[in-house]
Amino acid sequence: MKLKHLSLAIAGIAAAAISVSTMAQKKYDTGATDTEIKIGDTKPYSGPASAYGTIGKAISAYFDKINAEGGINGRKVKYISLDDGYNPAKTVEQVRKLVEEEEVLFVFNPLGTPSNTAIQKYMNTKKVPQLFVATGATKWGDPKNNPWTMGWQPNYQTEGKIYAAHILETKPNAKIGVLYQNDDYGKDYLKGMEDGLGEKAKTMIVSKVSYEVTDPTIDSQMVTLKSSGADTFFNVTTPKFAAQAIKKAAEIGWKPTHYLNNVSASVGSVLTPAGLDNSKDIITTQYGKDPTDPQWANDKGMQDWKAWMAKYFPTGDVKDASNVYGYAVAMTVVQVLKQCGDNLTRENVMKQAASLDITLPTALPGINIKTSPTDFYPIEREQLARFDGKTWVLFGKVYDPGGN
Amino acid sequence: MNVEGVIHQIFSGLANGCIYGSIALALVMIYQATHHLNFAQGEMATFSTFIAWALIQKGMPYWMAFALTFGLSFLAGLAIQRLILRPVERAPVLTNVCVFIGLLLIFNAFSGWFFDHTVKAFPSPFAQEGILKTPFFSAHEFGSFLVMLAVLSALYAFFRFTPIGLAMRAAAQNPDSARLVGIRVSWMLAFGWGLAAAIGAVAGMMVAPIVFLDPNMMAGILLYGFAAALLGGVDNPWGAVIGGLIVGVLENLLGAYVIGTELKLTVALVLIVGTLTLMPSGLFGKHVVTRV
Amino acid sequence: MSKTRVIWIGLALLLVAAMVLPFLVKNYRVFQFNLVLVYAIAILGLNILTGFNGQISLGHGAFYAIGAYAAAILMDRAGLPYWATLPFSGVLCFVLGFLMGFPALRLAGHYLAVATLALALAIPQLLKYKLLEHYTGGVQGIVLVKPEPPFTFRFLDQPLSADRWLYFFTLAVTIVMFVLAWNLLRGRVGRALVAIRDHPIAAAVMGINLAMFKSLTFGVSAAFTGVAGALGAVVIAFVSPDSFTVTLSIFLLVGLVVGGLASIPGAFFGAIFIQFVPNIADELSKSAPAAIYGVLLIVLMYLMPLGVMGMVRKLWARWQPGAARLQASVKPGTSVPVPPDLTKESTT
Repeated sequence: MKLKHLSLAIAGIAAAAISVSTMAQKKYDTGATDTEIKIGDTKPYSGPASAYGTIGKAISAYFDKINAEGGINGRKVKYISLDDGYNPAKTVEQVRKLVEEEEVLFVFNPLGTPSNTAIQKYMNTKKVPQLFVATGATKWGDPKNNPWTMGWQPNYQTEGKIYAAHILETKPNAKIGVLYQNDDYGKDYLKGMEDGLGEKAKTMIVSKVSYEVTDPTIDSQMVTLKSSGADTFFNVTTPKFAAQAIKKAAEIGWKPTHYLNNVSASVGSVLTPAGLDNSKDIITTQYGKDPTDPQWANDKGMQDWKAWMAKYFPTGDVKDASNVYGYAVAMTVVQVLKQCGDNLTRENVMKQAASLDITLPTALPGINIKTSPTDFYPIEREQLARFDGKTWVLFGKVYDPGGN
Repeated sequence: MNVEGVIHQIFSGLANGCIYGSIALALVMIYQATHHLNFAQGEMATFSTFIAWALIQKGMPYWMAFALTFGLSFLAGLAIQRLILRPVERAPVLTNVCVFIGLLLIFNAFSGWFFDHTVKAFPSPFAQEGILKTPFFSAHEFGSFLVMLAVLSALYAFFRFTPIGLAMRAAAQNPDSARLVGIRVSWMLAFGWGLAAAIGAVAGMMVAPIVFLDPNMMAGILLYGFAAALLGGVDNPWGAVIGGLIVGVLENLLGAYVIGTELKLTVALVLIVGTLTLMPSGLFGKHVVTRV
Repeated sequence: MSKTRVIWIGLALLLVAAMVLPFLVKNYRVFQFNLVLVYAIAILGLNILTGFNGQISLGHGAFYAIGAYAAAILMDRAGLPYWATLPFSGVLCFVLGFLMGFPALRLAGHYLAVATLALALAIPQLLKYKLLEHYTGGVQGIVLVKPEPPFTFRFLDQPLSADRWLYFFTLAVTIVMFVLAWNLLRGRVGRALVAIRDHPIAAAVMGINLAMFKSLTFGVSAAFTGVAGALGAVVIAFVSPDSFTVTLSIFLLVGLVVGGLASIPGAFFGAIFIQFVPNIADELSKSAPAAIYGVLLIVLMYLMPLGVMGMVRKLWARWQPGAARLQASVKPGTSVPVPPDLTKESTT
């Protein structure tokens, strides 16, 4: 055969091969079909943490919106959410149901550190993505040992370190008192603060008191902190106790430099009940827009969110930051699925999750979501904010521990 | 450890103790009327407080909402006894306990469903800067202490000096004899439940301004309330209040000075159980002696 | 056919069914049935104390937790194989239960209930305590390795997976525990326990050492629940303080009452209730699943105030023809487990 014909033939065969492989690129794992993508999660709809059940409802409402608008690449999302009552034993059972009986493509945003710890080995053995877990514990970004697990929100230790850095910068002789919830969440924040202070931690932290979720009040702890002579207060409490702490501090006449953890930084749910005047000058870090903060009232991203709440989740509380969280994390997973295109295998889902580079409309300016095969922390950037009596005023630089 | 700190802790403990005491009081009330410990007491109180909150949100003045909630809770308690508890009146104790647990779950779930989980501020009727304010108690804490004393005295007088009070005590102690004397035992039980529900509502409304209102407000308080009620003697209203105060102060002092906050619940409970072992009917309970 | 004959045949059929069942369903269901067996042993333990001996315990979740953590620590830190941890858990909980029995001697009725509740409340705090953190893993808990089956075979075209193997292991342990309990309770010990429950003064007069018996009963009861806890830890392969809150103790009590007090087979019905009803409630409502659970519980209490076995006994008595009924109720030398009449207030 002449060389020209041979090269033509080879080109022709190559072209045919490429087109065949393009046509054959629709790949599915269990849970994905031409018309449907099945996703599952577990949330505490009953029990002591049932306040977070609304996240599951928000996510469901977001998928309603996506499905109403045509789905993702022509496929509707089927979202199955099961109750685990914040009991890790139940989480194991429900996740197994999702994977083995409901046959979901992946498990998305399961809530709670102990719950996720309980299922992590199972998910990684079964090679099912445990995507965007709803906890700020630091251990979820470990692609080497647990390549199928990924967190989403900025982790607690990073936040603690940011506060520590700020204290060292602005008040290097501070006497710090810490109030923390006696569980993984509280201890993770405390560790971040202690690590951030380094060797000075022992001398700077003059008082560490904990409380249990079953404690009715934290009055005694607040009195202890004041008596210790601390002039800086690191407040690692969930919303109800944060409100109590702010109110009590004002009542007993204690006015420290007050660092409040992001979990309880909602203007409407925490600062308003505690007293806006009592909350003046409190410092926190933010990565998302607070729905009750007046400065975002005319922000397009938050207005879209409000419209979505009104249309698809009218029973949801518009003051509850959990409903923004659910919206944002659902948006992220929709982005991942969009990036997957027609390759809906579990492996590709993780691959796309590890190649994200987006900014959500509900995120603060400058806060992005970026992942890579070695970086399993989607949101890492945060910025300090100070409360001025009405709203959170951002200040300083955007902290970026991942160096993105 | 300075004197001012200790005094502060004690007073803070007394303030907390009032909270425990008020729920313990409602528990003892039901016990006196029915000889059952109502596990659902806390959740019923929370639900009542939510109702009051909703009324106040709609614009009703505080004391009117208070009174209306008191009345509604009374009726609700009555209704619960008549409709839900009467069918199992003659069933074993533990069957009743399971019904209480069921009620607990239902009320807690309804609170979350109808009023959602965000933390809510509940107003206090006592002016923050009025005559009630003292250096260690906030105005509200002192005010709610006074309210509780008032409720206690009213209860005491009611049981001691009124014919209905006597009838209720008789119905609880010896239902058969009471029937023979002409007392409508069933209605006395219902009345007792209504009263307990109403007292629970008062407790909830006094507690909410301090701890903030959410569906799980009473979970921890109920457990301490049980401990307080039994420490003081489950058949003695005064014992309930004093038990509450003791538990509050004990817990604070233990946490601040003895064992640290990480174990204070454990140690407090150990002490309570220890006390009960030495005084099996509680500090002020009636010691029942059986003759063979 | 006599009653005992019927029961033996029934048990045999049940056993065969139980052994074939795991091969008919998916692994995840086998996991659920496994949990049912675990809870059944736990409820049986509670029944020995509360149903047969009349001592109310609202804190059996504590013994379950201790058994679970003992097994987890032995497996994770000491490298013991999973089957060897069961006796340790049992003995440890026996000792602790026995010690708990002493203050329990002084307390009665509601006071005992609250004292045991206190125990259940204290456990999560103790597990998180920093001095014990090295052993208990603190708030993070302990992740365990799920055991693999020691051999493989296929039956009805399904392999012997890890779940199925664990199921058979649990089934064997369950049978052993239930036979132990049945043996214990049908003889003199059982009658002594029931006597102490119903007429403590008369029992003391008859020469039964109240203190010894009551404390031993606490110990045995705790041991049963402790073994259940150890099994639970192996099956779920994870323990943490959040797994053992006071809710667990309450649910065990609910399971006890639903199944039927003073009834050995009742433990299974109770276990089925507490394992599956939350799932049913979850499917019926996302807004208030606990409310559905509460409603179902209350309705069940109306229909069967003495539990499932109470209803079964009632039906059985009605089904029996008149003469046989009389004969069945008066038979010297055998014990008839008598449902307790706890409407009477305890006066000691």
